[in-house]
Amino acid sequence: MNQDIFVVVEHLRGQVADISYIMLAAARDLAQATGGEVVAVLLGHNAQALASNLAANHVLYGDHSSLAEFTSDAYTQALAGLLSKEAPRAAFFGSTSIGSDVAGVLSARLGLPLVSSCVQIADGNLISQICGGKIMAESALSDEVTTLVTVIPGGYKPAQGQAQTSPAVTTFEVSIAAPRVSLKQYIEPEVADVDISAENVLIAVGRGIQTEDNLELAEELAELLGGVVCASRPVVDQGWLPTARMVGKSGKSVKPKLYLALGISGAPEHVEGMADAEMIIAINMDPDAPIFDIATYGAEIDLFDLIDPLLEALEGA
Amino acid sequence: MTNIVVLAKLVPDLVEELEIAESGTALDMEWLRLIINEFDNHATEQAIILKERSGGEVTVIAPEAEGANEMLYTIAAKGADRLIMLKGDFEDGINNHALARAFAGAAKELKPDLVLTGVQANDDLDGSVGPLVAEYLGMSYVGYISGVSVSGETVVARKEYPGGLIAEMEVTLPAVLGIQAGEEPPRYVAISKVRQMMKTATIDEQEVGDLDASGGAMVQRMYVPEAAERAEMLEGDEEEVAARLVEIFKEAGLV
Amino acid sequence: MPERVNYWGIPHNWGAPELYVYTIMFLAAFVMLFRFYRQASLWWKIGQPEARWDKLHLRLGRLIQYAIVQTKVLRQRYPGIMHVAIAWSYFVFFLGTALATIHDHFFEFLFGNTLIVYKFILDAFTIVFLVGAGMAIYRRYVQKPRRLTLEAGFTGSLTLITLIVLGGLFTESLRLAVEQPAWAWSSPAGWALAQLWIVTGASEATLTGWHLGVWVFHLLIVAITLITLPVSTLMHALTGPLNAFFSKLDTSFGALSPAKETPTGEPIYVSQLSDLSWKQLLDGDACTECGRCQEACPAFAAGTPLSPKKLILSIRDALHSNGSQLVGEAILPEALWACTTCGACIHECPVLIEHLDTIVDMRRHLVIEGDVDAELQDALTNLGRYGNSFGQSERMRARWSKGIEPKIKDAGKEPVEYLWFVGDYAAYSPTLTEITKKTAVVFQKVGLDFGILYKGENHSGNDVRRAGEEGLFEMLVEKNLKALERSEYQTIVTTDPHSYNALKNEYPANGNGKKPVLHYTELLDQLIASGELRFTKNLGYKVTYHDPCYLGRYNGIYDAPRRVIEATGCEIVEMPRCRDQAFCCGAGGGRIWMAEGEMSERPSEARIREAVELNAVTDFIVACPKDVTMYADAVKTTGNEAYIVVKDLIELVFEAM
Repeated sequence: MNQDIFVVVEHLRGQVADISYIMLAAARDLAQATGGEVVAVLLGHNAQALASNLAANHVLYGDHSSLAEFTSDAYTQALAGLLSKEAPRAAFFGSTSIGSDVAGVLSARLGLPLVSSCVQIADGNLISQICGGKIMAESALSDEVTTLVTVIPGGYKPAQGQAQTSPAVTTFEVSIAAPRVSLKQYIEPEVADVDISAENVLIAVGRGIQTEDNLELAEELAELLGGVVCASRPVVDQGWLPTARMVGKSGKSVKPKLYLALGISGAPEHVEGMADAEMIIAINMDPDAPIFDIATYGAEIDLFDLIDPLLEALEGA
Repeated sequence: MTNIVVLAKLVPDLVEELEIAESGTALDMEWLRLIINEFDNHATEQAIILKERSGGEVTVIAPEAEGANEMLYTIAAKGADRLIMLKGDFEDGINNHALARAFAGAAKELKPDLVLTGVQANDDLDGSVGPLVAEYLGMSYVGYISGVSVSGETVVARKEYPGGLIAEMEVTLPAVLGIQAGEEPPRYVAISKVRQMMKTATIDEQEVGDLDASGGAMVQRMYVPEAAERAEMLEGDEEEVAARLVEIFKEAGLV
Repeated sequence: MPERVNYWGIPHNWGAPELYVYTIMFLAAFVMLFRFYRQASLWWKIGQPEARWDKLHLRLGRLIQYAIVQTKVLRQRYPGIMHVAIAWSYFVFFLGTALATIHDHFFEFLFGNTLIVYKFILDAFTIVFLVGAGMAIYRRYVQKPRRLTLEAGFTGSLTLITLIVLGGLFTESLRLAVEQPAWAWSSPAGWALAQLWIVTGASEATLTGWHLGVWVFHLLIVAITLITLPVSTLMHALTGPLNAFFSKLDTSFGALSPAKETPTGEPIYVSQLSDLSWKQLLDGDACTECGRCQEACPAFAAGTPLSPKKLILSIRDALHSNGSQLVGEAILPEALWACTTCGACIHECPVLIEHLDTIVDMRRHLVIEGDVDAELQDALTNLGRYGNSFGQSERMRARWSKGIEPKIKDAGKEPVEYLWFVGDYAAYSPTLTEITKKTAVVFQKVGLDFGILYKGENHSGNDVRRAGEEGLFEMLVEKNLKALERSEYQTIVTTDPHSYNALKNEYPANGNGKKPVLHYTELLDQLIASGELRFTKNLGYKVTYHDPCYLGRYNGIYDAPRRVIEATGCEIVEMPRCRDQAFCCGAGGGRIWMAEGEMSERPSEARIREAVELNAVTDFIVACPKDVTMYADAVKTTGNEAYIVVKDLIELVFEAM
């Protein structure tokens, strides 16, 4: 086993996902502790160009027609061979629709330990966030075998994992036997009436909004502030707002000037999509809501008590 | 006829304060309130929807825990046909690698066409159960699924990517799917139906023998995070908070 | 001497008139009874069995009170007078005819002064009837209130019963015109009309001939009325009294029953006609379509799809024509969910129809099918898991009491005299924390020995049951009983009228050791009477008081809260709809947990507007935690913040102490 840290680069439809840069930044931290290098592993088909701004010591590129689009089966086959051969100290995957599909299978197949939801590196150890962010767990790397790690955003900024100069790329051999999983087609998200990721002001509603009728209040507020309403997953699952308005892991990532979170508790899946907002104001009745840990301003108050006076004050402003 | 197995587990209810056990490396189980993993709840709903749509049999497997009986009876009341509870040395918690091996051992006997489980759980520390079980069973795994249709030897699953993009994945059966959301939100089950199930349904208890926890995380310590930079809290009644907010908006040049 | 002449002016050469009168009448009565039986037998052929034969003396009392004296009918002046004018007249005519029959065949007594009185009474009620019929015509064809459905059958029935009375009047007047007896004045209406015949100068023979014609016509109309009765508006004259007789005894409607069961013990969830009990089918046939329920219904007034009248009539229509599926077809789930269970419909119904029981039975079906909206599902799930609808840990239940010194006793750990059952809203809702604290402080200041159950308390289940989740209700009851059994106390006191109702009327009395249950307004009233609670200030506010449904209509507590308010030195100005006519805030029966849906005007807003109309009233006093929330919102949304303030009664007490 060597001391290198592998990062399995995630990309979708020709775009490297932010999580890849975050992982590279985390891997840099860990590599410093282990004394190894950061190695980006890029899988794809005619996708070598995606390696251009990865902040890695070098890139291992595996090309195969079955890797043109992500499928769990093809990726695990490609990576199982590589990891067995290269035996790095650790391999990073996104705690995402791509990385999570692969890391667990590899852990079981290769008998390697797996640590999930890692958000930070501290003294060569992995800090994971569990129980909705209420508990942190610090785990050590294995000294004998490669440790597999899935990473969640929060500890590093994507920019920390981006480089100005292109790293050296080496190609490795990939063999994939008849995959049992194949992509049939992509279904595009419904065409959105607004692109929430381009808005300056977002009024975000969560479970605390209680009823569909109450969305009107948020709409009024949005109008006065010149923004639009977005939501966390439960609101979208109820069908009260279209998927295009969902912020978070399976929705959009947003960076508005103002993110006013009404009745949003701040589950990690949601925070992932909005933590980079310039200013976050959280209104929530639960003093222990994790949203207050990342917000700029907070108020522990019933949002329904607040909205009317706030609308009035804004109209007067 | 699809033979569907659902793997469900109970997780800490985050409504309660969580405490760390004396060992410092695990949650204090004594004070935990357990609740069905919400994603497993969605997986259950998806399984019942598949059964209602095209027939089949649904078996639910869950590890023993406080409230596991009730959870199983509730799922039975929704329409599950068979309930299995795994018994073993779970008192101090069990990592997902050990649980997945136990799940796989029980599921193998049932020769399922399709195994559904939640894509994640709030206490996952060594990956989620789904991909581990898939590998132990020698099946394919696809996660982040929010819709499933079975046709013959394959299943078409709607896999979610960020931004609302969906990939339709065709997976050859047998397979394990990690469910993000069922096609419909989990239905309500009247308490009387659950109580009825307690009288009529039986839970098949299976001993799992020695647990093999290898592959799990090597936890050095667990702790409750200190909120490093907590928000500046606005105090006062709603009028005062509203006035302060407007000031903040003005400072930021938003109004 | 005045004497009664049988069959005056009826030729006997066709045979004895009795013979064909009785033949026709018996035949008509037989046809009527047969047709009635055919209708009524559907009740027990289709409906489920239900025991309603107990305590016959009480039931007879109900019959007299509601079907004969008609106290409910008389709750509204115009329609009340109109209806009893018609009904009581017919009772008198019926009695008169029976007396005449006795006189004719069994025992002669109608002569002399007795006959004079007899004649006078019958004649007077002829006038009473005509006044009533006139009022009915005016109401139906000129006033046309929205709540009435003006169907053709009504006109037919009114015509028939008016023709019968006119027939009697005309035969009498024609007879008097011929006979002109000295005691003719004892029939003032008949005698007055007789003058008309006398003025025409027609001969005795002509008048006698006319008399015969009218008499035959009268006889036939009576026969037609009888024969058509079971399919006409008049059917209610049979079904109404039956419904009053078989009405729910014991409590008016404070206690619901669990779902009925099949002989094998399977619960019956009502979705179609045959799931209803025979009594619920009778409800449908007993409905007089008077619309009082609809007029009193807050859900109807708010423009929701619920009309309690339409709901009951759907049952009747399904029974007699429209097929058997009720829920989802004739009765929409949205209509069932719109009910606030305020009980106004039952309270107003002249024939004691039990709308609410049927609505809850049907909600039970929806709950079993999982057909509940997302918000209600959340609330029920939370109630099942944490014992409160807020989805908070039970350990947080007494968080409101933080900072109160000395610490409130834990009734589960040490004996107390009063066990205070705080209720969900008062305990968990952050907007109510101050009020709940004030209640505790008032209790402490008067030196009350009281305690709370801390995390041992669960939601009482009152509205869980009314939302149709009977199993969850049972579970909550079990949990609360366990906590109560562990505690030592003399009396339960509640803040919340909903908990009050459940604890008092629905919890098994033995589970609570038959200890009394008081609402805090009752307790305060007692403490004032005993001198333990004294006020140092005379507040002098002009206030109005809103009767909570579950305190007022459900449990008849109207005066205790008013006495307490007055003791603080406030003057009460009553709203037009007060006491048992109080208009619901819209939160009951689980409505507070559900999506609001389309509404033209929220009941709480209508109520605030009603209070603001009173002028000069500064405070809107409530005695229910949910009311504080509902009405404080309504004051904001109707823009009345400058005119009226919502206060809990305890705030007045706190201020005046």
